[in-house]
Amino acid sequence: MRALWGLVGIIAAVVCSMAIAAGIEGSAKRSGFDFMTPETQALQADDMSNPGMLWVLQGEQLWQQSEGRADVACAGCHGDASQTMRGVATRYPAFDEATGRPIDLAGRINSCRGERQQAEPLTPESDALLALTAYVTHQSRGMPITPAIDARLAPFRDNGRRLFQSRIGQLDLSCASCHDDNWGKRLGGSVMPQAHPTGYPLYRLEWQTVGSLQRRLRNCMIGVRAEPFAFGAPELVDLELHLMERARGLRVETPAVRP
Amino acid sequence: MARALVNVPKAARQGEVVEIRAMIAHPMETGYRVGPNGINIPRDIIRRFACTYNGEEVFSADLFPAVSANPFIAFTLVATTSGTIDFTWTDDAGKTQTASAEITVG
Repeated sequence: MRALWGLVGIIAAVVCSMAIAAGIEGSAKRSGFDFMTPETQALQADDMSNPGMLWVLQGEQLWQQSEGRADVACAGCHGDASQTMRGVATRYPAFDEATGRPIDLAGRINSCRGERQQAEPLTPESDALLALTAYVTHQSRGMPITPAIDARLAPFRDNGRRLFQSRIGQLDLSCASCHDDNWGKRLGGSVMPQAHPTGYPLYRLEWQTVGSLQRRLRNCMIGVRAEPFAFGAPELVDLELHLMERARGLRVETPAVRP
Repeated sequence: MARALVNVPKAARQGEVVEIRAMIAHPMETGYRVGPNGINIPRDIIRRFACTYNGEEVFSADLFPAVSANPFIAFTLVATTSGTIDFTWTDDAGKTQTASAEITVG
């Protein structure tokens, strides 16, 4: 009998460790939206008061604007974004043939600028790059996140998961320590969400501007007193890849508002 | 490129009180923050917001450094006649940005 209980214990332990490894499952997945105050939720829900829409508006203008030595606009190749860009953001980061690595949406916009428009790349976190990324992602609002099933992405996604679960910094915390194991509890005054990247680029009230997922990731790394990766670093893209897989099924909210 | 969002109802009844909302992209730099080079970032804020209804000023506001970036202003008007509602934001340098919307009063 005791042996039987021992076996049950081992099975339970194995099942639990599997659950932790896979992150948050199915119906327990919740967007950061659900953890906000009703006032902030109202700010996001109404397009006329959501400040992120200012960047979407700018992105719409930039989409039509000819750039670079090729003197061609995004619309010159891609046409009407509401048709051609619908659902694109739900699949990113995607595999980039040229570099043999995953590339996120902002990276794709910049590589398209370089190759097709023959223009200078936009600097990370510049208003123009955030505006274009927000505009393209906005076309997928309401659609479920469905990362591409591509075997070539698997090693990078695994690296992202490893980074998510690795303890870093003077505080010796991993992303998972808060966002997998302790979500819903409070850290200081604010509720810890599950860290699903459903609304990026998003308007953060603390920043008083729109920022990318990479900015948020760097923010958290500085928060645990670790040296953050540089903007565009492969490690950050790997983390993005893991986060999108982790958020599979949740709906795109771009431009979201977060406290 | 002016980045402003204004919300004016397309149609209203004569004498109806309508809500007007206006938001503009602006950093509202206070002048008190220190940049990475140790020098204060120069102040750059919107000083004045004004709204005219068929050319007549019906609402205005003075803004100060404590106002957040991308200021959002909401107020009400009595819809009297059909026409244009114009919005003007004036910054520290005296530069203005404008937006306008039409309202039909039936």
